[in-house]
Amino acid sequence: MGDPLYAEGVDLTVFLIVVGKVLVVFAFLMVSVLFMVWFERKVISDMQNRIGPDRAGPWGIGQTLADGIKLFFKEALMPDRADRRVFMLAPFLSIVPAFLIFAIVPFGDEITIAGRRTQMQLADPPVGVLFLLAMSSIAVYGIMLAGWSSGSKYPLLGSVRASAQMVSYEAAMSLAIAAVVLSAGSLSTRDIVNEQAMYRWNLWVLGVVPFVIYIIAATAELNRPPFDLVEAEQELVGGFHTEYSSISFALFFLAEFMNVVTMSAVAVTLFLGGPNGPRIGFLPDLWPVVWFMGKLLLFLFAYVWLRATLPRFRYDQLMDLGWKKLIPLGLYWLLLIASLRIGRDQGWNSYVVLAAGVAVGLVAWAALGAALRRGEAVEAAA
Amino acid sequence: MGYLDGFKVTLRQIWGERVTNVYPDEKRPKPDRFHGRHVLNRYEDGMEKCIGCELCAGVCPARCIYVRGADNPPDAPVSPGERYGFVYEINYLRCIHCDLCVEACPTEAITESKLFEFSFTDRQDAIYTKAELVVGDDGHPQKLPWEDWREGDADRTSAWVRATAPNGSAVFEGKVGWSGELGYGVRNPEKGQTAETDTTPAAGVKTGTTPAAGVKTGTTPAAGVKTGKARAPGRGKARAAESGKQ
Repeated sequence: MGDPLYAEGVDLTVFLIVVGKVLVVFAFLMVSVLFMVWFERKVISDMQNRIGPDRAGPWGIGQTLADGIKLFFKEALMPDRADRRVFMLAPFLSIVPAFLIFAIVPFGDEITIAGRRTQMQLADPPVGVLFLLAMSSIAVYGIMLAGWSSGSKYPLLGSVRASAQMVSYEAAMSLAIAAVVLSAGSLSTRDIVNEQAMYRWNLWVLGVVPFVIYIIAATAELNRPPFDLVEAEQELVGGFHTEYSSISFALFFLAEFMNVVTMSAVAVTLFLGGPNGPRIGFLPDLWPVVWFMGKLLLFLFAYVWLRATLPRFRYDQLMDLGWKKLIPLGLYWLLLIASLRIGRDQGWNSYVVLAAGVAVGLVAWAALGAALRRGEAVEAAA
Repeated sequence: MGYLDGFKVTLRQIWGERVTNVYPDEKRPKPDRFHGRHVLNRYEDGMEKCIGCELCAGVCPARCIYVRGADNPPDAPVSPGERYGFVYEINYLRCIHCDLCVEACPTEAITESKLFEFSFTDRQDAIYTKAELVVGDDGHPQKLPWEDWREGDADRTSAWVRATAPNGSAVFEGKVGWSGELGYGVRNPEKGQTAETDTTPAAGVKTGTTPAAGVKTGTTPAAGVKTGKARAPGRGKARAAESGKQ
């Protein structure tokens, strides 16, 4: 397993190919962020009967570039009470994980460059999914340290919210991903994609539930609407990045939208079969990339759609949804899938296993509901 | 599914009509009562209407107007009557275009044009002085290089004041343009006034409907004295009544 590129040892050609892939992925991410910002502004203005950016270039496509250039020429402010080093470091802690996550995303099949076969994927570590979870956890540090080091109240409140929210929803997200890992039997993203070949996508193989949990948890993880309490303007000014300006702010902005792209790419990988799709005769290397991009675009549109439609959650609703609904549901679904697998391996009647699983689920649901109601009653009495 | 109905609504808007105005390319017609940059009007004979009474400066909530009155030089009077606006400055960084100065002005010397597209690169340039505010010889406002005047705007510097302001007249509803008729002489008589009144300002006291009209201060226009056709008492009475109460 792994990338066939390294099968015959590492020489200069291999090294150059890897450098080339790094550059391609880097450039793709940067351009995709430019595109995503423009796409989001354009689609959301369509959904609000507005026109959106239309000044810079045709259909305003150069708007993000213009904004970026403007931001780079702005004065970088440093609050008096800021912890200078951490304040400078935080944006990078935020953006580096966003880049790194995309390294494990397969965006095409194998191609031949200079006589070497290689995967269209920057890296395919055996612990790919763990790497993904680790990186999305590290992204919390960027936001938390940014708020903490600003030496200002609102950013601190915003970052406290952010860390609480991201840590809680990471549990739900991990449970959804665990179901995928269980079905693929591997942590490697390439294996997970190969497992879903022939339209055996995890989206329906696992039931839609893990997918829905993943989407909700990822939206919360990204601090996007309707979970954008971290930067709730009415309450917290700008949230954790209130005190940031110029390049530092641009980096946060970049990281935010890059995370949208990478999380969508991960969702495509885990649930929609990555670059799988109909094979067409000509240009066989190109089509998987096209399918991948198409699915990615679908997700990006869905994120914008969510943002245009849903109002922001209240903080207690956010925590309720995470801890009392998504995590129990994710846990139950994981156990259900696991028991169905064991049943299949042991040759049990799958209908009986399913019925038993549903029965246990109902009992657990009733018990959880009773426990929650009791907790609320105790709280109300106190 | 009640939860998902909203998604349908937002999706449907994509094909809906756009409500945005493409501003610099397409400009909407301005309403008649639009408050824009001020002008300082003049009479037909070229005299300035401003009498330096500072009521505009007094009423201004943004404190953006600075006026100093001075006695008219006897040999070359700037305005009909005793005094004139010696210094008149409006700071457009502060002005909120509330039009209270226009309402306060007893002679309709200050009115607002429809111009709002003007900008500066220097704070000093935002302070308009008499040199910029006073209208030209044809009664049209000066079109300064950093201002974006639109077709026909120059004719609409005081239309709505005449039609609707407390000191205006309904006869002028829908009429636009600058002329001297409001300044003196040809103003239609108001209720309780006769068309032909005495030539002295004191005549206003007799014909005025409110007793307070008699409480005239030095700030009430004395234009009638000069021209021999009284309009000043009627014009000034509402304002004079207010200042009488104070």
